[in-house]
Amino acid sequence: MADTTVKTSEKSVLWDWLTTVDHKKLAVLYLLAGALFFVKAGIMALFMRIQLMFPENTFVTGQTFNELITMHGTIMLFLAATPLIFAFMNFVVPLQIGARDVAFPFVNALGFWIFFFGGLLLSLSWFFGGGPDAGWTNYVPLSSREYGHLGIDFYVLGLQVSGIGTLVSGINFIVTIVNMRAPGMTMMRLPLFCWTTLVTSILIVFAFTPLAAGLALIMLDRVFGGQFFITELGGNVVLWQHIFWIFGHPEVYILVLPAFGIISEVIPAFSRKRLFGYTAMVFATLVIAFLGFMVWVHHMFTVGVGPIANSVFAIATMAIAVPTGIKIFNWLFTMWGGKITFNTAMLCASSFVPTFVLGGVTGVMLAMAPVDHLYHDTYFVVAHFHYIIIGGIILGLFAGLFYWYPKMFGHHLNEKLGMLTFWLMYIGFHMTFFIQHILGLIGMPRRVYTYLEGQGMATMNMVSTIGTFIMGAAVIVLVINHVYSAYKSEKVTVRNPWGARTLEWSTQTPVPEYNFAQTPQVRSLDPVFYEKVHGDGNMKPAEPLDDIHMPNGSIYPFTIALGLFIMGFGIIMFNMDNPIIPPLAVTIIGGVVVFGSMFLHSIKEDHGYNIPVERVKEELDKEVG
Amino acid sequence: MADSVDISKGLPPNPEKATLEGQNKFLGFWVFLGGETIMFATFFGTYLGLRGGTADGPTSADVFSLPLVFIMTMILLTSSLTSVLAMFAMKKNNFKALMGWMWVTVLLGAAFLGLEIFEFYEYSVHYGLGYTTSAFASSFYTLVGLHGAHVLFGLGWITTLLVRYRKSGITLTNAPKFYVASLYWHFIDVVWVFIFTVVYLMGVGV
Repeated sequence: MADTTVKTSEKSVLWDWLTTVDHKKLAVLYLLAGALFFVKAGIMALFMRIQLMFPENTFVTGQTFNELITMHGTIMLFLAATPLIFAFMNFVVPLQIGARDVAFPFVNALGFWIFFFGGLLLSLSWFFGGGPDAGWTNYVPLSSREYGHLGIDFYVLGLQVSGIGTLVSGINFIVTIVNMRAPGMTMMRLPLFCWTTLVTSILIVFAFTPLAAGLALIMLDRVFGGQFFITELGGNVVLWQHIFWIFGHPEVYILVLPAFGIISEVIPAFSRKRLFGYTAMVFATLVIAFLGFMVWVHHMFTVGVGPIANSVFAIATMAIAVPTGIKIFNWLFTMWGGKITFNTAMLCASSFVPTFVLGGVTGVMLAMAPVDHLYHDTYFVVAHFHYIIIGGIILGLFAGLFYWYPKMFGHHLNEKLGMLTFWLMYIGFHMTFFIQHILGLIGMPRRVYTYLEGQGMATMNMVSTIGTFIMGAAVIVLVINHVYSAYKSEKVTVRNPWGARTLEWSTQTPVPEYNFAQTPQVRSLDPVFYEKVHGDGNMKPAEPLDDIHMPNGSIYPFTIALGLFIMGFGIIMFNMDNPIIPPLAVTIIGGVVVFGSMFLHSIKEDHGYNIPVERVKEELDKEVG
Repeated sequence: MADSVDISKGLPPNPEKATLEGQNKFLGFWVFLGGETIMFATFFGTYLGLRGGTADGPTSADVFSLPLVFIMTMILLTSSLTSVLAMFAMKKNNFKALMGWMWVTVLLGAAFLGLEIFEFYEYSVHYGLGYTTSAFASSFYTLVGLHGAHVLFGLGWITTLLVRYRKSGITLTNAPKFYVASLYWHFIDVVWVFIFTVVYLMGVGV
């Protein structure tokens, strides 16, 4: 092994962040990128709500409104929620399983940069004649070469590229959790967040690949004259709906299962109790994931696939309520009789439970195929899935943010501002979306840019819009909180500021680049708590103090992603009216960058570097002093 | 972790899984193949859904020629066998045989690819089945062409390995790489078996 020790401080800051393969730094990058896209899509939501404030409002045109709905949905799901969840997975999972890094640090960096460049590619559409406008589901024939404009190409290629990033990250997490666990960390001692990460990653592997195939079909149709969706030449438009929802429904669980995992970490930590029904929680997660692949046709009840298919998929959909209900009761029983601390993280986590139930109940209502003909494509559906996404995923993410922030950045977020964020968010959210159930029931269709006076929708739309402004205020307070806390918050130097139970709290704060000076020996579920009760309060080491071997950084993830971006843009250029550079040349240049970087990476032997044991000891001593 | 394996007494019996890195590659690649399976399944589904959509163009029974496809199948199946022989050689620490069988695999793969290009040329030029002729044509060329692209990528991959490690002998670093490449080759082979059945045999109406 190489003896050269390169300290990170010797590199410039920018180069360090561009080349890093450290899962903790990549987590910060994911957090930043996800937050940027979240704010961007949030502003789009504000624009849409302003347009719907009054009947026949003219704030934006119908075309712009269509582009806004499409981009809001697409960005929120692919480029905001997914990376924010990946931020926590990246930071927390290796720490919770007692590993020094993920299984493939290089692939981890690759996943981030590909996702990021894919997001940029999609966002570029605004500068080339407007965003995609066929809804986030991109149904053909709206998105066919006959009706869809250039924005659709950005949607297809942008998602294709960012999907590759998500896919390789998913594979990485699976291997990490299966192969990299510390001694004694058996599968049934894995914290629930690791379990949900594992299951989510499996879903990613099996759901993002059909999406990749489906997007390829649309691309081939639009750019290379394929006939998959052209009915006159034997094509079939319903095919896209099937492929999209085979991906699209598991996608919901890809996002919500990690949120479940976060909640399952936060609630025990602040209830001072172990998670109620751990085994049931694990199996409920697995059952949800399995059933998640069996229900995609419930998005297509009104397409006309026939009564038998509709019935089967309706029943399968309702069955998901059972494992989800198990989870809900387990969270309630975890809190039951506990010594609960209601700080911001716990407020978000505990209020997740009732809001998520509301979203789940409307989900079961939508699963009834006959009445779905009434709900379909109305605001009732919009209200339903925002209860899942905001009331579930976003509240879970907020809980995780406040909970893990001291470990990630070495200081707490301000609690008073945090409470303000929570209450603004909670009130604003219910104000915006509860009333949309009723709007939907009286017949307001989704994805329509205006409505008429005297239809009885004006007041409720106004209330909904005011709620959106309150949510916007919540996010502004959260941003202020980050800046304020960075300057005013006290440094956290203790390992376990919350008195929490899992392994990530057993290492130093801030976490050293090698995570654990000595790989810990795990003796139980909730290992930190176990050592407090049965040991001396510290984790037993599984190995002597020694040199630590770490992987080197690399610029190739960045260049591979850049190459994919150029390639994607080149393919889009085929559909541009007068591209200045020949599209084929751009595509080939991109391909050369991608495969050239892969080739250079594969022929260069990289042994990584060793951190000498003296430095590890020094850092341990510094903490005690 | 590679440094913790004692190789003073020669290579362990399973050099591809002796290190943690090797185990990670092994598992990661299996998961990747799982994803690839689903992707191919989607294209198979597309083909099955659209194969009747010939839109007055040639149908599958008009164009497919089983003798050619049979030869291609035999060549690809044989290449899978030679990659197995290469893996046996690797486990016996016989570097020369490993390299030899891998080169044979590459040659057979190249022959298969050549025949496939010839096949596509025949269909498109002599039978008038262009990519844009009908939904059937698009889905056929996409499915089979994607498989061909995988073969091409596999050829590039294995050749890179063979050139790069031409003198190194079998080590704990390159054993997992060869092993994973041969897994990939088997996967390509299995996909072809399904293509042979679903596309060609069902296509000529057996």
